[in-house]
Amino acid sequence: MFLNSFADLETLPPGCKARVVRIEGGRGLVAKLSRLGIVPGAEVVLVSRAPVGGPVLVEVNGARVALGRGVARKVVVRPGA
Amino acid sequence: MLRVALVGQPNSGKSTLFNAIVGYRAVASNFPGTTVEVLKGKALVGGKPAEVVDLPGIYSLHAGDPAERLARDYLLSGQVDVVVNVVDASLLGRSLELTLELAELGLPLVVCLNMMDEAHRKGIHVDSERLSEVLGAPVVESIAVRGVGLKELLAAIPQAKVPTPPRYAADVEGILTRLATVLASRETRLPPRYLAEVLLAGENLPEEVGDGELTEAVEIARREFVSRRGQDPALVLSAERHALALGIFEEVARVTHAAASLRDRVDSLLMHRIWGYPIMLAVLLTLFFGVFKLGGVLEGYLLPPLDAFTAAVEGAFPGPIGKVLGGALQGLWAGIGIVLPYLVPFLFFLAFLEDVGYLPRVGFLLDGLMHRIGLHGKSVIPFLLGYGCSVPAVLATRILEEERDRLVTAALAVMIPCAARTVVIFGIVGRYVGPWIAFSLYLLNILVVAAAGTLLRKLLPGIGPGLIMEIPPYRLPTLRTMLLKVWLRLRGFVTVAWPTLIVASAFFSLIEALGWTRFLNTLVLPITWPLGLPATVGVPLVFGILRKELSLIMLGQALGTMDFGAALSGRAMVVFTVFVIFYVPCIATVAALWRELGHRKTLLVVAGTVGVALVVGLIVRGFSCLFGTGTH
Repeated sequence: MFLNSFADLETLPPGCKARVVRIEGGRGLVAKLSRLGIVPGAEVVLVSRAPVGGPVLVEVNGARVALGRGVARKVVVRPGA
Repeated sequence: MLRVALVGQPNSGKSTLFNAIVGYRAVASNFPGTTVEVLKGKALVGGKPAEVVDLPGIYSLHAGDPAERLARDYLLSGQVDVVVNVVDASLLGRSLELTLELAELGLPLVVCLNMMDEAHRKGIHVDSERLSEVLGAPVVESIAVRGVGLKELLAAIPQAKVPTPPRYAADVEGILTRLATVLASRETRLPPRYLAEVLLAGENLPEEVGDGELTEAVEIARREFVSRRGQDPALVLSAERHALALGIFEEVARVTHAAASLRDRVDSLLMHRIWGYPIMLAVLLTLFFGVFKLGGVLEGYLLPPLDAFTAAVEGAFPGPIGKVLGGALQGLWAGIGIVLPYLVPFLFFLAFLEDVGYLPRVGFLLDGLMHRIGLHGKSVIPFLLGYGCSVPAVLATRILEEERDRLVTAALAVMIPCAARTVVIFGIVGRYVGPWIAFSLYLLNILVVAAAGTLLRKLLPGIGPGLIMEIPPYRLPTLRTMLLKVWLRLRGFVTVAWPTLIVASAFFSLIEALGWTRFLNTLVLPITWPLGLPATVGVPLVFGILRKELSLIMLGQALGTMDFGAALSGRAMVVFTVFVIFYVPCIATVAALWRELGHRKTLLVVAGTVGVALVVGLIVRGFSCLFGTGTH
């Protein structure tokens, strides 16, 4: 049941709110995301996504951050939180 | 002398503040990572002269990219007396993490809460007195773009205090304190607690303090972390800082409902998955044709009387003296009549797009395409800067984490037509062949850069990290900051390029009078001949390496007329311009490459660009022979 309720930032529909659960990446990636406030527990909103495999636009702590698809895929979230 | 360092997250208004304090030196832009160098200036602090240092914008002191390492090492070098932490108040919660890191350095600190107006718009109300109590250091509010709060900041700097270091959860504190005690006995200027954190996080140190005993103590502490928290110490510490920062934010700030944002609605249109693209194209076309039209009008007014004057001077002094004088005058007029009419509007439009914050949006829109051609999103920023000048573009590659990406991006960015090459494109092709052909040269350039990128990806494999880029809010630029930015960039032209133009132009007249041009032209024949260009354009190409604008001026000299259309076929003008766009970047850019990449890679880039220029020139020549009556 818990597994089903998880998604990642790549698949989250635009306008959807979510809470970050974990980041599936190396230390470097975790550190980079954490500086922008993307850490487990943070609330994010997926604002929009660019076409042709482009980045997703995420709002976190009132700031907007563009994440490439490869990065977005590694951010596991629980939607609707 | 008191030395004050400005430290803040990218796009916190640090450079704007620096400019306001020391009187315009730095180029501030509305996108992250603009300052990649340490900039210095002088200001009066508390009635005494002080040196103010603008460090690159950093999210963290726990160095990831080169800018962060640079800032950290500078702060730890013992040269800094006071740290001014510039904070975007509208992003206080996140920004406090850096503040907490700074609080561990044991340096006197002043926090400058900048962009208070933006915070209010977002409904964030900060109790700066409370914040000052919590941090144990003075807090000043400011709106740097409007000069609000500057006096208060300067007055607060002498009152700077070493802040209270943050206190983490008890178990973390225990481990840190124990390690710090071991470190305290070491010979080092650095605060032991900060060192303990750095060592635990497994980062390298700015100086050597390690020995056997210490390594063991660190190892024990790391194991303790993992057994207690089940996680790498670096992650635990960053999570602790995050929690602390959030706690402070909740204590000192009240968040009310934000005013419905017009900017959000603008963004949802400008960054729209479909509409974003035609709008982007329209913006860039407007930029292009705006500059073209405006430049053409100005040039039409300025050039004829100046040319008439040159002719009169040459008539008055027959012989070589008149020729050299005429050459010098032509260089002088070229600056006023050809370069400035295009350069000033171009730099102004670019400054506007930069300050409004449109450039990162373009980066967002183009990131997907960038990935397909072997680049990743952050490279977009050096590329876009490249349209202004290649030198800052090369320096901006420092925002990239991987060395391979820096090389690839720098190699490609120098092929982007900078403002100087834009002058050549407008002055030759735009004026004598047609604006649409000139515009298509920009598209051709993008295609070539893309192809070269794909090729480089094959030659230098490696998976770049994905895009992680902050998209700053739109900001209404003030006319003053835009004009100052235009001037800062123009200054390079006026003080360096223009005199070079004049001297080189006179020099060219001299060697022409002496009959030496034929020799130089013969040397360049291996390039001009296959491209189907007259041998006389050889010298302009050689001079173009000094400054790209020179190839335009020298071309007029070599042809004996500024009316290129009368002396060259349309095809020759296009091929010449294509070659100028791609071949060897100017001397200043080569120097920047040398510094960033080292001599070996620089030579490779230079050789590569000549190859690309030849190949593309040949292709353009071939195509225009096959299909073209359109260009003459």
